Amino acid sequence: MRIGIISCFFFFCILAAEAGSEQTQLRNASFIPQWVPQAQFAGYYLADELGLYRKHGIILSIIPGGPDNSPSDLLKSGLAQFATLWLSTGIQMRAEGINVVNISQIMQRSSLMLVAKKASNIETPDDMNGKKVGLWGPAFQIQPKAFFKKHNLDIREIRQSFSVDLFLRDGVDVASAMWYNEYHTLLNSGLNPDELTTFFFHEYGLNFPEDGIYTLEETLRKSPDLCRAFVEASIEGWNYAFAHPEEAMAVVLKNLEKAHIPATRVHQKWMLMRMKDLIVPADSETPIGTLLPQDYYRVAEILKENELISEIPDFKSFFQNCSGHGN
Amino acid sequence: MKYLILNPFFKIAAVMVINRGIALKLTLLILTSVTLIFIVIFGYNYIVSRQIIIKTAEENARNLARATVNRIDTVLRSVEKIPQNLASFMEYFFYEGGQIIDLVGSVVENNPEIYGSTIAFEPYSYDKNALFFAPYYYRNKDKIEFAYIPYEYFYWDWYQIPKQLDRPTWSEPYFDEGAGNIIMSTYSVPFYRTMLGKRQMMGIVTADISLSWLQEIIASIKIARTGYGFLISKNGTFVTHPDSGIIMNETIFSVAEALGNTEMRELGREMIKGKSGFVPFTSFAAGEKCWMVYAPLPSTGWTFAALFPQDELMEDITHLNHIVLSLGIAGFIFLLSVIIVIAGSITRPLRALSKASEVIATGNLDVELPVINTRDEVRKLADSFSYMKTSLNQYIKELTETTAARERIESELQIARDIQMGILPKVFPPFPSRTEFDIYAVLEPAKEVGGDLYDFFFLDNENLCIAVGDVSGKGVPASLFMAITMTLIKAKATRDLPIGEVLSMVNDNLSQDNPSLMFVTLFFSIFNIRTGELEYCNGGHNPPYLIRSNGNIEPLESTSGIALGVMEDFTYESRKIVLQKGDTVFLYTDGVTEAMNERDELFSEQRLEKEIARLREKPLKEITSGLMEEISTFCSGTTQTDDITMMILKFFGK
Repeated sequence: MRIGIISCFFFFCILAAEAGSEQTQLRNASFIPQWVPQAQFAGYYLADELGLYRKHGIILSIIPGGPDNSPSDLLKSGLAQFATLWLSTGIQMRAEGINVVNISQIMQRSSLMLVAKKASNIETPDDMNGKKVGLWGPAFQIQPKAFFKKHNLDIREIRQSFSVDLFLRDGVDVASAMWYNEYHTLLNSGLNPDELTTFFFHEYGLNFPEDGIYTLEETLRKSPDLCRAFVEASIEGWNYAFAHPEEAMAVVLKNLEKAHIPATRVHQKWMLMRMKDLIVPADSETPIGTLLPQDYYRVAEILKENELISEIPDFKSFFQNCSGHGN
Repeated sequence: MKYLILNPFFKIAAVMVINRGIALKLTLLILTSVTLIFIVIFGYNYIVSRQIIIKTAEENARNLARATVNRIDTVLRSVEKIPQNLASFMEYFFYEGGQIIDLVGSVVENNPEIYGSTIAFEPYSYDKNALFFAPYYYRNKDKIEFAYIPYEYFYWDWYQIPKQLDRPTWSEPYFDEGAGNIIMSTYSVPFYRTMLGKRQMMGIVTADISLSWLQEIIASIKIARTGYGFLISKNGTFVTHPDSGIIMNETIFSVAEALGNTEMRELGREMIKGKSGFVPFTSFAAGEKCWMVYAPLPSTGWTFAALFPQDELMEDITHLNHIVLSLGIAGFIFLLSVIIVIAGSITRPLRALSKASEVIATGNLDVELPVINTRDEVRKLADSFSYMKTSLNQYIKELTETTAARERIESELQIARDIQMGILPKVFPPFPSRTEFDIYAVLEPAKEVGGDLYDFFFLDNENLCIAVGDVSGKGVPASLFMAITMTLIKAKATRDLPIGEVLSMVNDNLSQDNPSLMFVTLFFSIFNIRTGELEYCNGGHNPPYLIRSNGNIEPLESTSGIALGVMEDFTYESRKIVLQKGDTVFLYTDGVTEAMNERDELFSEQRLEKEIARLREKPLKEITSGLMEEISTFCSGTTQTDDITMMILKFFGK
């Protein structure tokens, strides 16, 4: 049993911290992505590897995320100047009075989804009625719960662990999954796509753009150039990763190895490809880094409806685009 | 040296290809047949032995799979018993007292195969104040240690899956960092208690086992040189594999995806569904063609598989095939050489003979014939050829001699003929001073010396003796007979004798001493050029035509004489006619009327008379030449077989 592993999966607590940086030519900064070095963060690792941060005047240290490191904690404490967070998490932090600002909304789509086996006769949302549905922790329950409400579903909620084994053994009828991760794990456990019914929340009017780059308002005020430089280098890293997937894969695998995490190449490849679909969707013209007001208000309103926040923070002060596309 | 040995060989081969002769045909036919036979035998042998090997391999593979699966399953089943017993015990055991902790401890202590064990309770089930309660004993090196599981275990797979499925389950294998990165699996059994008439799940009993023994069992499987066994979990995850990099990291599906191998994915799906089989498979580590046997472990639903490298199983037969193939090729080359040598030994003398015959054909019979030492058909041919050459030589020699002799005779004959012809008067007009008549004669000899004759000469001033004859037979005898006849006529003919008498005397002379029984038909007459009186005597000759000046044509009446030389003492009668001015007498031999055309038709008297009528007004020479032309037109395409003689006498008077 995994005694050593403690579930730190998106654990949020509030701490205030000072994040200061000096306006020098070459500045130090640190960054924490939400999770271990996987293809979900290929753009940042590649930008670092290619020296793009240095080119933009930053000596960056990347603190790997994971069960023992929470980006929100490190951001609050000032141990990291920059972090990636889900939009919903960012809004919740802001609503709770932590002055985080979104300086670039990297992902345009939510990859959270529900998946069911066609063998369980689930083809439409209505078919889920009365079924056992696996759900992750609170941050991952906002969209599913809104979805059930929207479709007037009465489901049997089962808390889902990190693995998909419960679903594979038919312990639940419907499972939560990230498109770029668990969905591919299902495929690589022998299930064929045509045997699965997928419910992408962004297709059901519940698009919650996920990973965005956050910093403290104070950092942005004191060092707007640093913020802009960090975002620009990161976006350059992403663009380079999409243009050179093999090179990006090499960097991702190298970092996974460095962190002693066993890596499955095809899985990381799948993840990188899905990142492209989520960050620069083929059917969207929104420039990378942009947070659209309608996306913001959709997420914020659902959070408010579910009493996860009491007031919707001001959009203009929450999103201060450093992507170079204007504000 | 090599060149010297190979050169003739290649030369033969080159000649064979260029000439497309017997040697090439022979070589192609034999070698093609032999190759076909060899391929059929070799192919059949290969297919059958391959099938035998595959069949044996399949049997071995299935036995191996059965044995391995049984061996592993026996261990797993025995492990299953422990938590199962504990779980059924828990249904009735009053555990609220705390002895439960010791119970777990003794399970681990007494069962060395169990790495750790716990009894994990449902929320608040053990203690109304404790959300979770799970005493856990586990091995740490050689010691057994104790701890309470310090987290909410309700959502962990080892707890949640048996709970949701309501039956015992084996977990997917996992790495346990605490235990030193060994692969473990947990067997979880739910236990129940009936409360208020309702059976309710109270918690889960678990037993963790290390899978190193299982990995060892499978790692010890060695098939041929590189064959191996492996095990995949229910999700397709590699639990054991010679490539340790993929253990617990890749599934058979992720490997299939990386290789773009859809067949492998389908096979993986069959495997995790609990099917078993024996199928061709390409090992993804070495890319080697293998057969794979796979079978499920009934306890866990994992799948054992083993790879049998085809090449290695086939090694012996492949080796044998290589030898057979090499022998075949060597045999082929040997056969090729033998055929080339044999074909060469046949065709070489044949070619030499052919060359010699070409030389012979140019006339050189002294050419040296090739010497043949074999005792076969070629030798016979060469002998025949040599015999032919000798015979030809002999024949040509004889022929040359004969020809020389014949040429001599022919030239003598020619002389004889010239002499014969020389006897005949050939100057026309013969008597230019005589205006009372005109006479013209022509003798067209056939190829050989013939027996026609004509003659005319004055007996005195006004009597012209005329004779036309035809000796029986041909050749020298005929010509001699003709010369005799002419001489006799010349000798006997005088004014003093009646012409019948002359002829009788000639006949007597010819008939005596005539051993070869030759004869001559003869028209003999004396023409008085002054009076136009023509006395004639016909000894069996074609009757001449009398052509009156008025154009009337009629043959002279017969005098009933027979050919001369047939019978002695024959009396020849004569007749007399008188020619008027302008009358013409036409004399001829049967060479004219019996001239034959291609259709065996004779020129005939009718045709002659018609032609004479047509030409009669013309000068004498033109009449004969006209007739001659007519005859040769009639006979065109055939050879003249008999002498043609014509004589025309025209009387003008004084």
